[in-house]
Amino acid sequence: MRDDVEDIEIRLLLEALYQRYHYDFRRYAKASVKRRLKQAREQLGYASYSAMQDALLHDPDMLERLLGYLTVQVSEMFRDPSYFKALRETVLPHLKTYPSLKVWVAGCSEGEELYSLAILFREEGLEDRTIFYATDINPDALQAAARGIYPIDRVKLFTENHRRSGGRSSLSNYYTTGYGGAVFDKSLRERVVFSDHSLVTDAVFGEMHLISCRNVLIYFDRDLQDRAIGLFRDSLARKGFLGLGAKESLRFSAHATAFAEFERDEKIYQKREP
Amino acid sequence: MTGNPIAIREDIRAVVIGTSAGAVQALSAILPPLPADYPLPVMIVVHVPPDRRNALTELFQTRCAMAVREAEDKEPIAPGVIYFAPPDYHLLVESPAFLSLSTDEPVLHSRPSIDVLFESAADAFGEALVGVILTGANQDGAEGLRAVGEAGGLAVVENPVGAAASAMPEAALAAWPEARVMTLEEIGAYLRNLGNKR
Repeated sequence: MRDDVEDIEIRLLLEALYQRYHYDFRRYAKASVKRRLKQAREQLGYASYSAMQDALLHDPDMLERLLGYLTVQVSEMFRDPSYFKALRETVLPHLKTYPSLKVWVAGCSEGEELYSLAILFREEGLEDRTIFYATDINPDALQAAARGIYPIDRVKLFTENHRRSGGRSSLSNYYTTGYGGAVFDKSLRERVVFSDHSLVTDAVFGEMHLISCRNVLIYFDRDLQDRAIGLFRDSLARKGFLGLGAKESLRFSAHATAFAEFERDEKIYQKREP
Repeated sequence: MTGNPIAIREDIRAVVIGTSAGAVQALSAILPPLPADYPLPVMIVVHVPPDRRNALTELFQTRCAMAVREAEDKEPIAPGVIYFAPPDYHLLVESPAFLSLSTDEPVLHSRPSIDVLFESAADAFGEALVGVILTGANQDGAEGLRAVGEAGGLAVVENPVGAAASAMPEAALAAWPEARVMTLEEIGAYLRNLGNKR
């Protein structure tokens, strides 16, 4: 019985978040949202989700705190090196035939995937003709992505991942140490546009040649996944590429037929001709 | 706790299992005897290194009569299937009908985490769940087993005395002392009987 009440409270809290601030988590996958909200409730010291809802409605500072719990994702640079290796070896050779390129990192969080792609494109000689769009719904995460500073103790893993992805240079060429972390070179984000964009409520983001959106869709329910994948289909240029996380697939999607498997094991898809 | 024969509850709809050190041997005693038409789904978290390849799935595919899969995101939950959590992802029960995955922070240094699976499964299945903690070397699973018990589900712990690594079953028992303590053989027989009774 207690859990039923809690479920109602959680639905009302998410409804309040949407009506008051237009952040829409109502169709996020329930199990993970619940886990994150529980963590927020315990750490912020609220007795109930109703009390959190009250605070959220009346105290705008509460929004930032709650978004931190609901959205922030710690990732790795070159997470799943074989994905980046596949991009390097089979996708980028296609992209080399275009005079200018647009790449969208959807749900970029604190930027690990963005910097990985920027380094990859530089190593493969494509950076100069590319504009990267890095989007997220959390303004704090976007700011962290724009700073590009990561804890030094994580860089060993990033370096190993980069090497395994077929990196043609040393990762240490791209950062200096300071501020208690590895500060990635600002030249890597000269061609990056950071932007607030929601896969839940916002519209098409035009004419992309590559969209990389890894381990974001797993947080959505199936209807919302379909919305996002439809958005990707409509945002891709002719024969554009879509890269998903290692355990995500279009298999259960209503838009599965709009894409062909390009690198099946790496979950890289290519938009079919209409 | 031990001693009394355990009544087979016919309302059980799913089984979750968590284990780490010693997992392969323990699971090899329990899973292969379950028949291909076992009427329940079995979701399993084993602590594995965050490597991409799930050797466990391949290993148990060759040993088990039941279908064995590495869980995919939003995969429908089907009876007669054993789902392993993929390396480096949490496995959650989204509802009695679907699984989901997450890349949330490791819990007790573990991703996948037993607590995450058990707590979400307890939430989705309530009292219709059996949670089993086997051999293992850390505390993960203790909070999860408590959640299973508090939701009215059946909590089972491998006897720490005979377990390859006792820390995990001991922590689970400390967190939920009402749990049934069984040997591996008894757990295997119990799960088989659970399937026969429907």
